[in-house]
This record gives sequence, C-alpha cells and structure tokens, in this order.
Amino acid sequence: MNLVFHGKRIEGLLAVLPANERLFVDEMDQFDFPRARSLKLKEVMGYDRHRIVDGPVCVSDLAVHGLEHLFAQGLLGRDDFDALILVTQSPDYFMPATSSVIQGRLGLKHDMFCMDINQGCAGFLIGLYQAFMLLEQPAIRRVVLVNADVMSRKVSVRDRNSYPLIGDAASITVIGRCDDDAPIHANLKMDGSRRDALMIPAGGMREPSSAETRELHADAEGNLRARDDLVMDGSAVFNFVQTEVPPMIEALLAAAQTEAAAVDTYLFHQPNRFMLQKLADKLQVPYAKMPSNVVEHFGNSSGVTIPLALALNLREQVLDKTLTAVLGGFGVGLTWSSMLLPLGPLAFCDIIDYPRVH
Amino acid sequence: MKSILDILSGIRPEFDFSASQDYLADGMLDSFDMLALVSDLDSEFGIRIEGTQIVPENFCNLQAIRLLLGRYGVDA
Repeated sequence: MNLVFHGKRIEGLLAVLPANERLFVDEMDQFDFPRARSLKLKEVMGYDRHRIVDGPVCVSDLAVHGLEHLFAQGLLGRDDFDALILVTQSPDYFMPATSSVIQGRLGLKHDMFCMDINQGCAGFLIGLYQAFMLLEQPAIRRVVLVNADVMSRKVSVRDRNSYPLIGDAASITVIGRCDDDAPIHANLKMDGSRRDALMIPAGGMREPSSAETRELHADAEGNLRARDDLVMDGSAVFNFVQTEVPPMIEALLAAAQTEAAAVDTYLFHQPNRFMLQKLADKLQVPYAKMPSNVVEHFGNSSGVTIPLALALNLREQVLDKTLTAVLGGFGVGLTWSSMLLPLGPLAFCDIIDYPRVH
Repeated sequence: MKSILDILSGIRPEFDFSASQDYLADGMLDSFDMLALVSDLDSEFGIRIEGTQIVPENFCNLQAIRLLLGRYGVDA
C-alpha cells in the first residue's frame, strides 16, 4: 500500500551502542567450520566486529541510558514529548510493555501514550508511520521513537548463519510537526505466509521454552542452535530482499514523481554488505550513496541499522542541511517498506556507548 | 584468468568439482559458499551477477554456472 504524510519531520536522533565490542576473528573458532571458510565469509559479507550487550542488559537499559543522556544534555525535555513508541523483538518481559517500563524508570508524566510494536528490520519505518499518525492528534506534540534490540541474547553463539552478523543497539528518534506541507511518500507490504524465514520457534505460547527447546541441534550446514534461538533461512531472506526491494523503490519514486538522481542518499537496513551492494547494483545506485558499513562496525541491529547508518555516515551533513533520503527496511514478518523524505537539518545526530557491565 | 573450476576449488579445496552434477545436493557448496562464489565470479570476470540470479539452480554444476556467465557475455 502507498502512504502519504504531511507536516511531520525527524528533529533529532541518538544511537546507543553497548561498549562491548567483539571481533569476528576472535569468534571464528566457536563455529564448526574451517577458519579459511570463515575468513572468506568475513571478506564477502563484511563481518569484522559487532557490539554485544553484557549478560543481563535489556532493551529498557539501553533506552533509559539514551534518554537520560538527551535530558542531561538539554537536547530533549522530560515533558517535551507526549508519546513513547518502542519497536523491539526482544522486550524485557512478555508483560507489561517495555515502553511502560521505560516510562516508569524515567519517571515520565502520566499524560503519555506508550506502546510497543513487535517489528524487526523494517521497524524504523513502521515506528515512523505510527509516530506520524499519532501526531495527527492535537494533544500529541512530539513523539519519541525508540528502536532497540538485544537479539544476541536470542542467537546461538554456535550459529555461523546468524551470530557473526548480529548486533545489539538502540536508537532514539524525536519526531514532531513542521510547517513544510510537502508530502512524505512511503509504501509498505507484508507477507505472513513467509513468516518462517525469520523466527524464534520456541519460547512463546505456541511452544513454551523447556529443557528440550533449549537443546542445541546441528542443521544441514553444521550450525548449532536451539529452538529457543533465532533461526534464519538465509537463502530465502536473500532471495526475498533481491526480489521485492528493487520494485518497491521504483514504485516509491514513481508515486512521488521523483527522479532517482534527485535522491541524495539511500539508507537501507543492513543485513550484510554483499546484500546491500547487490541491491545497489540492481537499482543502479552508486555505492557511495548507499552506505553498507554498519554491519562491519557494529553488527546488524534490526530496526536500528537505518538511524545508525545516518549517524555514522552523514552526521555532519544532516546537522547542517536537508538531504533527500530514501529509507528502506525489510525483514521479519516478512515486511518490506520504503519512504522518501527530507532529512535535516537535525538538532542532534549522535552515537554514544552504553558502558560495560561487570 | 582463473577457470570456474579454479574458483570453486579456491572456495572448497577439499572437493573435486569436475565429478559432481549437483554441488549443493552433494554437500560441496552451502548457501554462504554460493555467495562467496558469486563474489569471486564478479571479481574475476568483471561482471555483477544480479541478486535475483543467486539461486541454487544457477550454481548446481559447472554447466549451470557456464550458462549463467554466458548471460553476462562471459565465455568461461
């Protein structure tokens, strides 16, 4: 479906990364593969290092740390926003919603709309849509969108398919109204019939966690994981992205009557460098316009990779001027979505560390 | 210029790729090896194999890989 929004803008964003950095070369021996093959994987996919939370750190810890930083720096007032949206696949609890946990820990006002959304790699866009819709309410002047995941805690360290690419992170995006009535164009598709391509089979009500679901089993390629862990059908996901994303971007630009050459940057979700470069080739986008370096620096942090790509690669530009950006998210659900919007000038665009926990 | 068999052997030196008609079914290439193979073919022959072409049937044996490369003007 095509979506159109008016009079909304991203005002600022902050990314929060666990300070704990692990190197792929130090982790290779935990996979049942020869080192030479793992090194080849590193070269092709762009795996180098990733950020992983220390044991007990949860989504609300990263979010509270980031929001307290913004309050302390005077970049956001405690009472300056009326809605708190959290997009995560790794909540602190089944219940209550982790957005309520964050609100409570920060002692935020009660006049506050808190909600969790279960989404992954398209989660930045899904969160923006929800924020834009909430901002249609006169009582909601500003929305804080938190994207956060600690998926390393749900991925087997013996799974070469997923563990090397996974990264933990949070981002806090402040969204408000603006006088510019130029439309923000977007599109969105979902296909639940392909939900098995990315899932955590056990641990919910369908298959509660048990001693059996915690047992490691080897798959056909030698990866060891339990049913409590994330499982990804890499080939199916790769094929899904390469098939669905290029026509989605072409449809977005056509709906917005915008030439590809007018786009300053393509900020796509980043599963790995190889996948991004194949998308860029298909769309005939120069690699310089489509950053693909988030995974090699920090790992794939689901809905956080798009704001992280912005802060890592375009910070100075978006603090100073407006960029015409295409955002693209794709992943669990399956879900795929894109948005064309003006980005900047932002009030802040930073990356901070969440300190080690010993 | 390397041959396709040279490139395959560079990825999985323990196998004889001239002896199999289905590299994936015979366990000689897995999904990541297929991506590594595409990366090496792109570099070696100066092409960019499209993402939608990265499916098992295009990499199951030497003939299939030759056919794929032929679509990019490569006679290997």
